[in-house]
Amino acid sequence: MDIIVCLKQVVDPELPQTEFAIEPATGRQVREGRPLVISTYDENALEVALQLKDRGGGKVTVLTLGPQAVISDAFRLALAMGADEMVVVDDPRGPDRLGGEKAAILAAAIRRIGRFDLVLTGCESADWTERVVAPVLAEALSAACVTFVSRVEAADGTLMVRRMADEGFHRVEVRLPAVLSVASDESNRPRLPKLKDILAAKRKPVHVWPVADMPAAPGDLAAGVEVREVVIPQRTTRCEFLEGESAEQAAALAQRLRDLKLL
Amino acid sequence: MPGICVVATVPDAAAIPSSLELVGGARALDASHGAGVSAVLMGTGPGLREATDELHRHGVATVYRCAHPLLTSGQVDAFLLATEQVLRAATPQVVLIRADTVGRELAPRLAVRLGAALVTECVELAAENGAIVARRQTYGGRALATLVVTRRPAVLSVKPHSLEVPEPAPVPGRVEDVAVSIDADTLPARVCEVLREEAEVGLDDAQVVVSGGRGVGGPEGFALLKELAAVLGGAVGASRPPADEGWVPISWQIGQTGKTVRPALYIAVAISGATQHVAGMSGSRTIVAINRDPNAPIFSVAHLGIVGDYRAIVPPLVARIKELKGP
Ligand SMILES: Cc1cc2nc3c(=O)[nH]c(=O)nc-3n(C[C@H](O)[C@H](O)[C@H](O)COP(=O)(O)OP(=O)(O)OC[C@H]3O[C@@H](n4cnc5c(N)ncnc54)[C@H](O)[C@@H]3O)c2cc1C
Ligand SMILES: Nc1ncnc2c1ncn2[C@@H]1O[C@H](COP(=O)(O)O)[C@@H](O)[C@H]1O
Repeated sequence: MDIIVCLKQVVDPELPQTEFAIEPATGRQVREGRPLVISTYDENALEVALQLKDRGGGKVTVLTLGPQAVISDAFRLALAMGADEMVVVDDPRGPDRLGGEKAAILAAAIRRIGRFDLVLTGCESADWTERVVAPVLAEALSAACVTFVSRVEAADGTLMVRRMADEGFHRVEVRLPAVLSVASDESNRPRLPKLKDILAAKRKPVHVWPVADMPAAPGDLAAGVEVREVVIPQRTTRCEFLEGESAEQAAALAQRLRDLKLL
Repeated sequence: MPGICVVATVPDAAAIPSSLELVGGARALDASHGAGVSAVLMGTGPGLREATDELHRHGVATVYRCAHPLLTSGQVDAFLLATEQVLRAATPQVVLIRADTVGRELAPRLAVRLGAALVTECVELAAENGAIVARRQTYGGRALATLVVTRRPAVLSVKPHSLEVPEPAPVPGRVEDVAVSIDADTLPARVCEVLREEAEVGLDDAQVVVSGGRGVGGPEGFALLKELAAVLGGAVGASRPPADEGWVPISWQIGQTGKTVRPALYIAVAISGATQHVAGMSGSRTIVAINRDPNAPIFSVAHLGIVGDYRAIVPPLVARIKELKGP
């Protein structure tokens, strides 16, 4: 099975709040001097792709839309984990493109890559959490779509997947070609590459395509949507601490819950 | 018919209150558009009639009703076909969709098919000089973005539990039954099985949520939290690590990727308070945090805090609550 995995590079989303800043004029996140990583769930998506390849063979291509200049260790990691090739759509604005716009560019790149059975994305990007790329890609590529998938089994021309749902899980049978977005699960923890894999990654092909070469896709979903501002809400600390030994703290809390009519 | 259309993907009547959240948003937008609120109501079974009445009672003038046995349990491809068919004929200006399991797939796909502008996961909607101003969280809940949508049609998805169910405002309603033909064999993705993970008290409606984090240490610790939830008549939730580790079902996860809850009481046990977690619980009325680290960020959103080891605090807390509640 030939699989394309979309990876976004983001500022490490688990950095402490003190490392987080927005440029007031543009509403962009300040990236300079911050560690860049592969967006959280994209690593799980890559792991799912690699497990499918381990079991059934095929090729795994990773695809990213972002400035080539900073595409670095994070993406070498993807090759070291076991991806066969990498495509970078070089675009300084890549990380800030929203909605259908980014998905349309990724769809154009996927058409240029050509053959695929399956496209995997993360279930949400760690920065904008739009959850749009997989469904928009599915429409653009006339493929089946399931989002928030935690497990994938190949079964004779189709896939059987497990989707996280409000009430538990759905088992969904999906035809190929398909676009799936992947959520984390104990079965898809990203593997750690060994030293020899890291060395081998250096020899794997990396293709860089300027964004200007991607044909503009019709029906640009980003037109008519402007970001007016991005602000960091101020939090006022209002916590009242209950002091004393454990038993006293517990008793004080129980009393407060009663006073608040919560018991 | 121009105006604002809410998409109600309801397999049964029990799900209707959640669609009503959208009706509140639609009414707020409509006040300045003055064009009326409609709904696409999709589902199967007798609950559909009751749901129609509820929509009318809350101010929805026209209900386009699609009944089909495949409009159920996460069959997104079926919902997509039906919604597309209705909306191509009804041509509303604005479509509101709840970003739940079905809606989060439905909204972007529908937007592509209708050539519509798209904003997902909104938490606030307002009308402003003919434009829609939408707010959504970004950067794992660290920031709030304001987007202005001028294009029509527009498809907006709304994060569950972020809008209030509105007061009733009955209108003389109209129902249009729309016949949809959906063939199970042609759906590219088909739900074969629904595996429910409901606890005794479901997280969605619980008035009390006791939530545990990585610091709970394992499934045994969650047994203690279940006891606490039981005496409070509440549900148990979790941050991401316990769900990822398989200590608890993944449907218990609260936060950006998991559920959004707004109970009267939220007790965060051994949770550090990362913004991605807080994004799913900061709307709770009273927040209690138990954490052994006095500098844990959870204390900046909590109203009441206990610094200490939860294993020393939860058992006497359960005992004391039992005493206070009496036999
Ligand atoms: C894109 C993205 C999406 C995410 N989505 C979610 C989400 O939906 N939900 C979510 O929760 N997280 C989410 N996260 C993860 C989030 O960033 C944090 O990593 C996570 O919330 C941390 O969980 P925690 O607080 O349980 O663990 P930790 O941060 O490890 O905190 C454990 C806490 O337990 C305390 N502790 C340890 N032992 C004890 C004890 N015996 N008694 C009392 N206290 C103790 C420690 O002091 C510490 O504060 C997401 C992250 C990303 C990047
Ligand atoms: N600039 C990008 N480059 C590559 N993949 C992306 C990019 N933006 C988003 N994606 C993919 O789409 C997923 C969902 O992103 P989003 O729709 O922003 O929540 C991410 O987890 C990635 O897999």
